[in-house]
Amino acid sequence: MFESKQVIVLGERDGIAGPAIAACVVSAGGHVAHTSTECFV
Amino acid sequence: MDLNSQEVIKRLADEHGNDNLVVILGAPDAESAEIAAETVVLGDPTYAGALAEAQLGLSVYHVLEEEFRSLVDDDVWEDQVGVMADVLEAEEISAAVKGMREAKP
Repeated sequence: MFESKQVIVLGERDGIAGPAIAACVVSAGGHVAHTSTECFV
Repeated sequence: MDLNSQEVIKRLADEHGNDNLVVILGAPDAESAEIAAETVVLGDPTYAGALAEAQLGLSVYHVLEEEFRSLVDDDVWEDQVGVMADVLEAEEISAAVKGMREAKP
């Protein structure tokens, strides 16, 4: 899934936050290019 | 989707190419996951951001989709996602994002 790819992480405050997803991406061997945690209120 | 995120995604697509990007979502429900996926595949449906009319066709997955989850170390998964995986409607969310992924132009 991540071979030679840049990963964009779009987390959400009410779901899974960006840094938590980014840690999973790194664990899966991906390179994180951008991380954010959005909030829809 | 946040307007700043749309600008960043557009810039990264210009820099690296659409085929070299993967988007991972953490949306809490199927509706918001589908809108976020639509934005990076077919363009911003609200026409408010930088991705309006930008059919990037990016590869997009939700963090709870098995295709992604299976790649993550179990301890990391438990620490970072843990109970949220049980609280959120993973099947419904996964189906929504998969459907949008398959709508790639």
